[in-house]
Amino acid sequence: MSSRPKSLLAPGHRGCAGCCDAMAAKFTLMASGEDCIVINPTGCLEVMTTPYPESSWEVPWIHSLFENTAAVASGIEAALKAKGKIGKTKIIAMGGDGSTLDIGIRSISGAFERGHDFTYVCIDNEAYMNTGVQRSGATPFNASTTTSPAGKVSFGNQRPKKNMPAIIAAHGSPYIATTSVAYPKDMIRKVKMANETVGPTYIHAHAPCTTGWGFDTSKTVEIGKLAVETALWPMFEMEDGEITKVRKIKNPKPVEDYLKMQRRFKHLFTMKGGEEEIKKIQVIADKNVVDFGL
Amino acid sequence: MTATNSVNMEKMVVVEGSYSVAHSVKVCRPNVISAYPITPQTHIVEDLSQFMADGEIPDCEYLNVESEFSAISALVGASAAGARTYSATTSQGLELMHEVLFNVSGMRLPVVMTVVNRAVSAPINIWNDHQDSISQRDTGWIQLYAEDTQEIADMTAQAFKIAEDKDVLLPAMICMDGFILSHVYEPVVLLEQDLVDQYLPPFEPEFLLDTKNPMSFGAFADPSTYTEFRYLQEKAMDVALFKIEDAADEFNKLFGRYYGGLIEEYNTEDADIIIMAMGSIIGTLKDVIDAHRTKGEKIGLLKVRSFRPFPKLAIKKVIKDAKMIVVLDKNISIGLNEGALFTETKSCLYNTNIDVPVAGYMIGHGGRDIPVSTIEKIIDEAKNAMKTGIDIESQFTDVREELL
Repeated sequence: MSSRPKSLLAPGHRGCAGCCDAMAAKFTLMASGEDCIVINPTGCLEVMTTPYPESSWEVPWIHSLFENTAAVASGIEAALKAKGKIGKTKIIAMGGDGSTLDIGIRSISGAFERGHDFTYVCIDNEAYMNTGVQRSGATPFNASTTTSPAGKVSFGNQRPKKNMPAIIAAHGSPYIATTSVAYPKDMIRKVKMANETVGPTYIHAHAPCTTGWGFDTSKTVEIGKLAVETALWPMFEMEDGEITKVRKIKNPKPVEDYLKMQRRFKHLFTMKGGEEEIKKIQVIADKNVVDFGL
Repeated sequence: MTATNSVNMEKMVVVEGSYSVAHSVKVCRPNVISAYPITPQTHIVEDLSQFMADGEIPDCEYLNVESEFSAISALVGASAAGARTYSATTSQGLELMHEVLFNVSGMRLPVVMTVVNRAVSAPINIWNDHQDSISQRDTGWIQLYAEDTQEIADMTAQAFKIAEDKDVLLPAMICMDGFILSHVYEPVVLLEQDLVDQYLPPFEPEFLLDTKNPMSFGAFADPSTYTEFRYLQEKAMDVALFKIEDAADEFNKLFGRYYGGLIEEYNTEDADIIIMAMGSIIGTLKDVIDAHRTKGEKIGLLKVRSFRPFPKLAIKKVIKDAKMIVVLDKNISIGLNEGALFTETKSCLYNTNIDVPVAGYMIGHGGRDIPVSTIEKIIDEAKNAMKTGIDIESQFTDVREELL
């Protein structure tokens, strides 16, 4: 018998090979067990796991809309509370970066401010993948997407990623953690920690998307690790607004190692001036090293 | 059937319309209330908040959400988790909910929501008309319209009963005219807890988010299955046609009050002219009709309580022998130059052998007063139309030419 927890995301879903969403969902369920209710916004995860009349979810699951996941979660929490069932069943909202950082931020802000006892997991693959790789507020600097394409006069997306963990921290969340699907143990531990913490908690999981980022389907984990090893994705935990734990990197790798494996950054290696742009990305990584004490 | 309301002076108390609604919600024992304040809905949610603060609604959570969008979204989750759910809103708030309204009905969640009818912006206007709820007519919600504060109080309990019926499972919007009903103080009988408990069984849905029996809600339906979801919603509306009547009849038996089921008839049996309308204007119309009846003029009133499901058969049955129908609408479909009740009444007469002229008047937009003189003018025009035919099929009423 395996000691690994049972997977509550049944096989047969329509996710791509190497899909980061499926990994994130699986790890979240491993951490949460059978006694949980999952809320998804519209997005890849919802579409690929519930083609009616099939469902991959072996736990109660609901999808309402794109921008209201946290509100739906708060209603579920209120219902369980009203019926005297709160405390045991974990309530887990799980949305992509678009629904979390952009269109759903109002309902997230409301739910965190109200202090519902639930966990929000953001699966951050840094663009609107379900609709065809359009730019979101989580798209990194200089990434080429279908709505921020690199072109003769553009290196792609010109804005840095929105700092969602800081926004959640400003709401007074008792537990916030960044993680990555490339580190299953880390992610499972942090989701467990979030589940066990009373109040609204937040997990921000970096999630390399084979289709949207343009890399071989076997490389999801490798790319995810490189994001961490280059210091472009700092992994930390915050309790009551203070950073309490940081995953240290001994010798940060140059950002080129991460960028060169992805189609979305390919233009930086082919366009005139690309080298300078890569340097700007290195500055972001270097700043992370200092800011988070990586 | 005509309304039968015994006046019970001993039980009557003078309260604000909003309070009568809040009280009804309380005695219906909701589990989750979720709302965002907006004029003129505020007094309902304030009263409910006070009930919560005083511990008068057991086993209930009240969510002060950050928008109407989240108010109704929270109820999606709460209802799916097996809670009896309630919200109240109006105007801009209801329009902000638009996307979610489809979602609630599509998932067959029997949320009950009071709409305190108000005009929509621009120009911004906080007064009453029906544009807000009428603009949501295709969202798959039952829509009932109340005439006075007692009716909206009673309709609240009826709405839960209808919506939660296992053969219906549709959300219900119960509509009351902003300020005219929400802020008026009238004598009403507040619903008695023991009678409501007899009337309204606990909400025990067959399908819910339950960790012991996991189910998926809100799946992705492709072209091979989507149609059937819509078809079944329509079938549920057919069932609701009967359940709305049943709910009114059962209510009458227990509480001794009846305001009509799908419709209410007032002096329609022998009427040459029948006026059709919804909401608080009914009170004015009844007075006007009484005056005409004393003069021996055969004028009647058809009050439409249920706009969704639209009671085609009931309406046709009442108006088939009349000589002239006048429809009053506090809304407009801009570009069609018609109000919704007018359009839909006309449409249900087509392809039938009923041949009665129907004239539409758009009236009371943005809370413009509807004096008896305006109704009299409309009746005069209807009398002429009976003889000479309809001059103008649908028109605005009381337009101030000097402002144009």
